[in-house]
Amino acid sequence: MSEETHEPVPYRTFIMIWVALIILTGITVGVAQFDFGAVNIWIALSVASFKSALVLFVFMHLRQESMLFKIGLLAMLVILVIFIGFTFTDVLYREVLP
Amino acid sequence: MSFEHRDDTGDRFGMWLFLYTEVILFSGLFILYAIALITYPQEYITASNKLNVWFGAANTAVLLTSSLTIALAITAIQRNQIRLCINLCVATIGLAVVFLINKYFEWSYEINLGIYPASETLREMGPGVTSFFNLYYFTAGLHGLHVLIGATLIGVVAVMIARGKVTSERYVLLENSALYWHLVDLVWIFLFPLYYLII
Repeated sequence: MSEETHEPVPYRTFIMIWVALIILTGITVGVAQFDFGAVNIWIALSVASFKSALVLFVFMHLRQESMLFKIGLLAMLVILVIFIGFTFTDVLYREVLP
Repeated sequence: MSFEHRDDTGDRFGMWLFLYTEVILFSGLFILYAIALITYPQEYITASNKLNVWFGAANTAVLLTSSLTIALAITAIQRNQIRLCINLCVATIGLAVVFLINKYFEWSYEINLGIYPASETLREMGPGVTSFFNLYYFTAGLHGLHVLIGATLIGVVAVMIARGKVTSERYVLLENSALYWHLVDLVWIFLFPLYYLII
């Protein structure tokens, strides 16, 4: 890995991302005041995932990092899906839940 | 003649690898949460309603803002604005302290209601509500511990910046502490809606 210096991210960019994150938090709290049944939790998780992407790519400078870092994130997500998915293939099809 | 061995990209990648293991650690707790949620859907709504949304929302705003200040600190050090960078680190630590004080009041309130692990009140409310609060205290507690560690790390780095050990030429320590701090924020982004906003 060679030494590469990144261009500083402008202050403005970070502040705009912060505004977006606060607005998205407002949306999450707002949606939770209405009962859409099971849809609520999926909206909450989708907004949370979008917020995470903003934090990962901008605040954590993932956008500026090399491909290796992005593949690393992808590998972690695949492991997470296996971890969660395989657990639920068991839990969801049990006759008696624990 | 001495060589300086240095690999900033490698250092950052090492930090990212560590953060992935942190995600796996927290995801175990979120899996437990998900299983308990489908087992006790009604009880989880009852339990979640006992939490004060405004404590959670305020702490979300505090953590998001602290993530902003530490992100700005990196731009500041890259531009060699050392004074500003130190102030931003101090602001981040200040916000971490606000978060923990807020948590102290929140937990005091809940403990006063008799809601704490292994309490009589919880036993009477049944296994669903009990599992919610046990997971809530454990996950939020583990997260709080991360807040404490992250703030300490940033404090150490701020002192090193003041002493000229971390400079605009060499600031990977600040970058890695900031990465850790953003992870604390990421965990809270999921924790907040799952515990406070279930209806």
